[in-house]
Amino acid sequence: MADVGILAATKAAQHPIHTLLDGPRGAKPKKKLSRGNIIVYGTLFVFAMYYALPLYVMIVTSLKGMPEVRMGNIFAPPLEVTFQPWVKAWSEACTGINCDGLSRGFWNSVTILIPSVILSVAIASVNGYALSMWKFRGSEVFFTILMIGAFIPYQIMLYPIVILLREAGLYGSLTGLVLVHVAFGMPINTLLFRNYFSSIPEELFKAARVDGAGFWAIFFKIIMPMSLPIFVVALIIQVTGIWNDFLFGVTYISSPDAYPMTVQLNNIVNSVQGVKEYNVNMAATLLTGLVPLAIYFASGKLFVRGIAAGAVKG
Amino acid sequence: MNMQDTSVSIQHLDLSFGAVKVLQDLNLDIGNGEFLVLLGSSGCGKSTLLNVIAGLLEPTDGQIWIKGRNVTWAEPSERGIGMVFQSYALYPQMTVEGNLSFGLKNAKVPKAEIDKRVARAAEVLQIGPLLKRKPGALSGGQRQRVAIGRALVRDVEVFLFDEPLSNLDAKLRADLRVELKRLHNSLKNTMIYVTHDQVEAMTLADRIAIMRGGKIMQLGTPAEIYGRPQNLYVADFIGSPSMTFMHGTVEGQTMRIPGHDLPLGAYAFKSQPAPGTPAIIGIRPEHVMTGDTLRSAPYTTDVTVDLVEPMGSDTLVYCEFGGQTFRIRMDGQAQVKPGDRLTIGIDPATASLFDKTTEDRL
Repeated sequence: MADVGILAATKAAQHPIHTLLDGPRGAKPKKKLSRGNIIVYGTLFVFAMYYALPLYVMIVTSLKGMPEVRMGNIFAPPLEVTFQPWVKAWSEACTGINCDGLSRGFWNSVTILIPSVILSVAIASVNGYALSMWKFRGSEVFFTILMIGAFIPYQIMLYPIVILLREAGLYGSLTGLVLVHVAFGMPINTLLFRNYFSSIPEELFKAARVDGAGFWAIFFKIIMPMSLPIFVVALIIQVTGIWNDFLFGVTYISSPDAYPMTVQLNNIVNSVQGVKEYNVNMAATLLTGLVPLAIYFASGKLFVRGIAAGAVKG
Repeated sequence: MNMQDTSVSIQHLDLSFGAVKVLQDLNLDIGNGEFLVLLGSSGCGKSTLLNVIAGLLEPTDGQIWIKGRNVTWAEPSERGIGMVFQSYALYPQMTVEGNLSFGLKNAKVPKAEIDKRVARAAEVLQIGPLLKRKPGALSGGQRQRVAIGRALVRDVEVFLFDEPLSNLDAKLRADLRVELKRLHNSLKNTMIYVTHDQVEAMTLADRIAIMRGGKIMQLGTPAEIYGRPQNLYVADFIGSPSMTFMHGTVEGQTMRIPGHDLPLGAYAFKSQPAPGTPAIIGIRPEHVMTGDTLRSAPYTTDVTVDLVEPMGSDTLVYCEFGGQTFRIRMDGQAQVKPGDRLTIGIDPATASLFDKTTEDRL
């Protein structure tokens, strides 16, 4: 090839335009639709359908009237679109003696969600910061104990917590439920924050100490502004986790007036009195799922970034 | 050295992580305005020592004095030190100006004073046009200047450098090295500088402390360290290419190595060893005489060239002498090739002799 090169070079010197030899040249051609591709895309399509179909059934059913539902064509699109089931699910459906629909549960869930999320993210982030940057004697042991907490099934702790809350006079109150959510969100979120903060160079922390910043100044002025993605991840995990919670809600809230949305949804769907209104049930379920869905759509990109950063560098 | 001239004084410092002793009974006095370099291979404890001086690590025992004040228990910010890190450690979300003023804001310095000091530091380091930029938009050299500026604005007595040039490419490193020296000449602050690069150490230091295993092997001026290494480790560590060592025995004024008796007439013994003491002689490749200088050599012999490494400015020649490979540094213009016969001369006055058992200088 060296000879050819020299030849080409001398030729090029004589003639400004020189010919290329046979063989591949330029950009590599793109592959056409191959058998492998068809299998891959086919599989993906099947799985996409597997997830999309139930959602489709729910949406179309929620837009049908009861007579149409009774016809039994669950895959058929609605002949006559009606939003009545949605209205009924939101503001008219009955659970027990209350007939003001899911709206009551929605606002209950919001009142539980906001303090729980703020408190758990705030505490877990400071936990993770202290465990990664201000290692103290026994900090590893402390962290291990916290991690063990993440592996104990919730059911085991249900009754002891009932007793604890009763003794504290918080059983049945929203405050009690908020405390439970904060405590149970602690292990996973502390782990998340600790791993993320561990990836921040130690020298940055040292430089801040030389610059006279203390525990809180370093946290608020240096660490937090660098860690937006992980805060978003923790926020999403907590919002969806707490919003979707059923077990704690049904256990630690004693009055039906204060039930969170998930518990109320269950009560509507499982109501044994009267006719089963599938369209209302579907609408109620979709309404309950809207909040986590909205959060995912709003912050999906940051979510992936935060998760990936923790995974690679943790 | 009396307390008045001392800027930083380290007394009987111990540091251990569990059973691992990182620093052992370390004593070091650093004069006012002195540029001291802590030099050693990785794991020798030099960065650890710097972190202890800065207050970022707590010693197990011993004291640290800065400007006649016992700061052993003081916070890093209260010690009157500024520190520059290898990775620059700039706050990524703050502008250059924010980085420079962060320490002053924490110390509640008035706004006008902050502006004045930032402007001065920016002028000294020529980073004025970069003040509104974030660290991400700066090159490595600019970042390190900002990091130095962050120490500069705090108007401190002592500057601590933790391998500040190691992340830069060779050219930039040489440039910044000269700038650092210039900065020290104009500021006259005490500077403690950690590095594993002996060229940086030799060029920058007033004194060098060579460390190994948490102890200082030798403390002295670059000339002392290079010319009169106090032990085998220092002799081997300093100099590139390093000394050639040959084993033998000292018999009065003669060093007996296999096949040769080197006269030691001009060698300055610390104390005359007993006859027959096993010893090691170290000869720097650049101290081996060839060509015209041979006439003044107390001992000459002929060798056969084995291998030649031309390095541009000079040429490194490998040959066999005294039963082992021997390195000679010759002029870059020298015309030698493997197989040539070469006459070399050795002057014991420039060599170093070490006791084989204690490895200390004889």
